[in-house]
Amino acid sequence: MSDLVVRAEGLRKRFGKTQALDGVDLSMRRGTVLGVLGPNGAGKTTAVRVLATLLRPDEGTAEVAGIDVLKQPQRVRRRIGLTGQYASVDEDLTGTQNLVLIGQLLDLTTRDAKRRAVELLEWFDLTEAAGRPAKTYSGGMRRRLDLAASLVGHPEVIFLDEPTTGLDPAKREDMWGVVRSQVTQGASVLLTTQYLEEADALADEIVVIHHGRVIAFDTPDGLKRRVGGLTLRVRPSDPARVPDALRVLDAVAAPGTGASMDDAAGARRGAISVPVATDTAIDEALPALRRAGIEFSDLGLHLPSLDEVFHSLTESTTAPQTTAAKEDELV
Amino acid sequence: MTTLDVPVRNIVGDIDKPRGGALAAQVRHSVALARRSLIKTIRTPEALIDVTLQPIIFLLIFTYLFGGAITGGDRHAYLQFLLPGLLAQSLAMGGIALGQNLNADIEKGVFDRFRSLPVARSAPLVGAVVADIVRYMTVCVVMLGFGSVMGFRVETGLLPALAAVGLSIGFGLCFCWISVWVGMMVRTSGAVQGTMFLLVMPLSFGSNVFVETSTLPGWLQSFVHVNPITHLVGTIRGLLVGGPVQFHLLITLAWMAGLLAVFVPLALRAYGRRA
Repeated sequence: MSDLVVRAEGLRKRFGKTQALDGVDLSMRRGTVLGVLGPNGAGKTTAVRVLATLLRPDEGTAEVAGIDVLKQPQRVRRRIGLTGQYASVDEDLTGTQNLVLIGQLLDLTTRDAKRRAVELLEWFDLTEAAGRPAKTYSGGMRRRLDLAASLVGHPEVIFLDEPTTGLDPAKREDMWGVVRSQVTQGASVLLTTQYLEEADALADEIVVIHHGRVIAFDTPDGLKRRVGGLTLRVRPSDPARVPDALRVLDAVAAPGTGASMDDAAGARRGAISVPVATDTAIDEALPALRRAGIEFSDLGLHLPSLDEVFHSLTESTTAPQTTAAKEDELV
Repeated sequence: MTTLDVPVRNIVGDIDKPRGGALAAQVRHSVALARRSLIKTIRTPEALIDVTLQPIIFLLIFTYLFGGAITGGDRHAYLQFLLPGLLAQSLAMGGIALGQNLNADIEKGVFDRFRSLPVARSAPLVGAVVADIVRYMTVCVVMLGFGSVMGFRVETGLLPALAAVGLSIGFGLCFCWISVWVGMMVRTSGAVQGTMFLLVMPLSFGSNVFVETSTLPGWLQSFVHVNPITHLVGTIRGLLVGGPVQFHLLITLAWMAGLLAVFVPLALRAYGRRA
């Protein structure tokens, strides 16, 4: 059991009429990344706030680093780092002052706190801006400073609440690099995200939360198998060549699948969908289509969108959810 | 972003024990957080207007506009009467900004980070209150400095004057916990200001700040007699321009203790509940 660095059972929290958490179980293995995926308002932030000792649940138990979050919050606080959804650095303080303050609150000596601040600022490429108030920073710089702030105490468990929301793709990849390096050094990371792509890139396991309930807990691959993985989509210019194209593309389809006309309405009408195992399938498909002399107006790789994931997952959990709702009414 | 490794943990010993014991840690954390508030004050000097320019304007208006009418022409006498009162009013108003700042900090999420750190729950609030000492000292210096330019004279001596300043700062530190509590209870920092004005205005005008209590109707006198501002003003007047001090001082100290006993726990509880 000591292998689990986060363990929560039956967490419930109600805010007025909103049941933010409706019986959430979570577990994260030491040295791994757990992705908590869900749309806005699903309860992701509430779950993180409970685990990070900021909020007491109405019901349920939680352990972080083997310590009871409700009974010994101070001991938990010495072992965690938290980066909230909104960059919570102090705008009037400089980068250095922000980090030194947190070091002092973590009981480092002032000298150690300063040394640690210098290290982190250098690592996050903020050395030049170290002496400027954080309000002069760009959005990406603030986010980096915020992340640096959560690492001051070398935490065992790092909670990142939507760390890349609003960042451009290049900055997002930088963040991913930071998360991976922390895990390499032995930390465990729980991150919430609205992006399936991000959870896929970072997480060892993914929990999908919807309306305060866990509707799926799986590896990224397992999740994708359930909702459909990478898809190659081709739209032949000449509709008459569709049967030829289907034959050609069958050859690059993932084992056990085949090319088919996309049955979705709207923009995808007339396109062929091919479930593929890896993105290298496009390297096979392109020359094959050329050899067969099939011209196309559109060709691309698509990951299932978060919408599709939810569509697929909520469909399969609709039945138990309605019965649960009825039980609630009876109670 | 470089790929430099972040060095491993350099904290030694039992990480569950605060360095130097729990009390020393709490003092250290509060001081660190007080320094944060001071840096913010220095960065935004315009935030000091309510303890610099505003008291000066009140002093000018009441001395030169109303002073002659109130005393029948003797403006100097009115200044000697008014200044200790305005000092007390400025202290009460000076605490409003604290509640507003704390409210804004919570809205921005800065306090979430503090709450996720192993510090005493009270440290962020205590730190902010301690830093407010600077604002109350500023009020005293500005009032006495500008007042003396206008002709105000201390008629007692250096020690009583210093005692008046010390008591003023002490009262400010006790009274501002109301503002801290309101800051935790209401939604926006604008609402903190509105709520606090509703409290401070009757307290500062329904007192002996501007006129002698004996000139007021009886029902108002009974309010004035229990008003803490009245007794603070009485004490400061005694210490600066002479007169009996002991009675007012005792009641003022009792009020200060009462304010702390009621509003510190209320503020801490409201802070703990605020998600």
